[in-house]
Amino acid sequence: MANKATIVTDPHPIFGKLTWDSIPYHDPIILTTFLVVVMIGVGVVGAILYYGKLRYLWDEWLTSVDHKKIGIMYIIAAFIMLIRGFSDALLMRSQQALAVSDTSGVGYLPPEHYDQIFTAHGVIMIFFVAMPLIVGLMNLVVPLQIGARDVAFPFLNSLSFWLFVVGAMLVNASLFVGEFAATGWLAYPPLSGLEYSPWVGVDYWLWALQISGIGTLLSGVNFFVTIIRMRAPGMSLMKMPVFTWTSLCANVLIILAFPILTVTITLLTLDRYIGTNFFTNDLGGNQMMYVNLVWAWGHPEVYILMLPAFGIFSEVTATFSRKRLFGYTSLVWATACIMVLSFMVWLHHFFTMGAGASVNAFFGIATMIISIPTGVKIFNWLFTMYKGRVRFDSPMWWTASFIITFTIGGVTGVMLAIPAASFVLHNSLFLVAHFHNVIIGGALFGYFAGLTYWFPKATGFKLNETLGKWACALWTIGFFMAFMPLYVLGFMGMTRRLNYYDNPVWNDWLLVAGAGALIVLLAICVQFYQIFASIRDRKKNLDLTGDPWDARTLEWATSSPPPFYNFARTPEVRDRDQFHFMKEHNLAYKQPESYSRIHMPKNTWAGIVIGLLSGVMGFAMIWHIWWLAIVSTAAMLISFIVYNFQKGKDYYVEVDEIVALENEHFAKVAQATDASEDGEYSVRQRGTPLSMPA
Amino acid sequence: MGAHTDTHGGAAHGSVKEYIWGLIWSVVLTAVPFGMVMAGGFENGLTLVVILLCAIAQVFVQLIFFLHMNTSSEQIWNTVSAVFIVLIVVIVVLGSIWIMNHLNHNMLMGH
Repeated sequence: MANKATIVTDPHPIFGKLTWDSIPYHDPIILTTFLVVVMIGVGVVGAILYYGKLRYLWDEWLTSVDHKKIGIMYIIAAFIMLIRGFSDALLMRSQQALAVSDTSGVGYLPPEHYDQIFTAHGVIMIFFVAMPLIVGLMNLVVPLQIGARDVAFPFLNSLSFWLFVVGAMLVNASLFVGEFAATGWLAYPPLSGLEYSPWVGVDYWLWALQISGIGTLLSGVNFFVTIIRMRAPGMSLMKMPVFTWTSLCANVLIILAFPILTVTITLLTLDRYIGTNFFTNDLGGNQMMYVNLVWAWGHPEVYILMLPAFGIFSEVTATFSRKRLFGYTSLVWATACIMVLSFMVWLHHFFTMGAGASVNAFFGIATMIISIPTGVKIFNWLFTMYKGRVRFDSPMWWTASFIITFTIGGVTGVMLAIPAASFVLHNSLFLVAHFHNVIIGGALFGYFAGLTYWFPKATGFKLNETLGKWACALWTIGFFMAFMPLYVLGFMGMTRRLNYYDNPVWNDWLLVAGAGALIVLLAICVQFYQIFASIRDRKKNLDLTGDPWDARTLEWATSSPPPFYNFARTPEVRDRDQFHFMKEHNLAYKQPESYSRIHMPKNTWAGIVIGLLSGVMGFAMIWHIWWLAIVSTAAMLISFIVYNFQKGKDYYVEVDEIVALENEHFAKVAQATDASEDGEYSVRQRGTPLSMPA
Repeated sequence: MGAHTDTHGGAAHGSVKEYIWGLIWSVVLTAVPFGMVMAGGFENGLTLVVILLCAIAQVFVQLIFFLHMNTSSEQIWNTVSAVFIVLIVVIVVLGSIWIMNHLNHNMLMGH
């Protein structure tokens, strides 16, 4: 029988390391979670079968290569993983609120469980919440913004999505079968080596990240090619919408950074599986090389998350200030600068791990320099709002909250960039507060702004505004309550990842932080209720024209939701804010005289099949079930070859179908115009030039 | 090429002459360092420098003769991407060497 503390050298020929003892049924927390998940799963599957929706789901969603549907699936998956990641956060906050010895004992989470929780929290929030949210938004928006019919490689897009899903499923499986890594989210060796983590936790980490990371890399290539090669005629680089620009830079970072992660994880995998010594303690292994490489990926990753959020804020600010974005060129160049600089600062993640003064000085200064282009952007948004007629719809609430919150996070970042200060603050809760400040207050608020902004484009109706503003207010208050105390605790010397402490002074601050986490919980509940209520009341919030916000860029020129081919005729771009230009010059909402047939890709089984087979392969590798790993790898290769030889991957949409869909759209636009006779909304009015200060 | 004249979105195709030159160059650039090591008798430092230079030259030969990179306008994205990749690789490799030297020295790794 496999013992968790010993290295298994002779896995069972059929079941590998897997035994009945691998399932932690003796742990009441996990058992309860497991039962709830099983009940929900059975309920969902039962409902699908009962209503006979399996065929629909397979044909319209699971095998879809439509970038809009893949985007929506990414976002749904991200919200499911957010529940998991946030549950981990609540467990940690409550443990730290309780675990002070002289009042209430040691809390309720044993150390080895607590360690898995903080590792899973970090991994899930970065890889399986933030990444799918941003990749989902890019999927949804970028092809529409550049007037393309789909991404450059639609099948690859579907495969990327399923590889990501498999990564997420492996992390979730680790909760119920085996264990997850207890090493921290980046699994530094030697702790993550076989000697100190002999069981399957780190292997789950390795394969989940490897598989989903390859999916991300494929997405990066796909979107880079899409943006470079598939823009509508007339859209030169400097006429691209800002979100497309920031997505382009983020995808360049993905293409250059993710291979570093792939290789680093591979080397650690070799150390654990075939006894190489890249990062071991002896035989010439060097753990610091792992730290060096993983951060050479890790810092660009921060900007992969951050840059598209900057793009979202730019779109939102310009639309809701009813002005052209201030300093488009400077914003583009600032983004390009960050793209390069993000590769020159990775050492600041390990200032205190042995580099000398010259290295620390160089990387400290490089880090501070990044704050300059970032600061430029803050001023771009502020000056866009200045003398604009700002409408405070909920996307603008997120933006306003972001500007304040993110600036605070940026300032503490510059503090941490001072190597001398880092020696005091590193590994403390100050650091934890800092990166949550920039990731929540920067990236996540941006994604929420983007989701609210583009929701009507994806679905055809707006989200409930009142609930959206409540969600934003509660998130902001909850965030400040949860994380400002951590800055204080960092200065008081509290280190991160503590399962237990014996300093009663810290407890008060941790109680405040715990209360803040509960407010965030409330905010998340409001968001889920917002989605539910908006779907229930969708008739009240219909977006008939395709342009609910009086917006400026090309994605609003088509209907909401867009037809599967996006644009019946490829638009010709004349201006940076093309749709605003069209409205000003009375070119918007004009049905063309004739249509021609459209060339589109067909849906394919290959993405989901190859993706899920990679999940089987990952699971088999984790549990050392070699025969299954070989079989599933072979099946993946065969599926890929079969797919490649398959004929008829594309088809033409005939004119009749296009005419029907387009007539429907223009009927809705006319309906919206008629409704505006009552004075509430007017397409014609919104087509007239708006007064533009500055 | 022959009668088949369609070009794929501006991507360049090689001529036989190009491929032969590429082959010759890559054989020479492989044979020289290999020969130096096999023959022996050269100074260690010199051998290392020659291996390194031949390796770098080899990369360019592959890119130019087999991947058909040039500075023509259709190729501009390939060239820009390549220059940027080289920049980032240089930053990461040199930075890592610099950092690891410091860490090895200060943390007495391997000593």
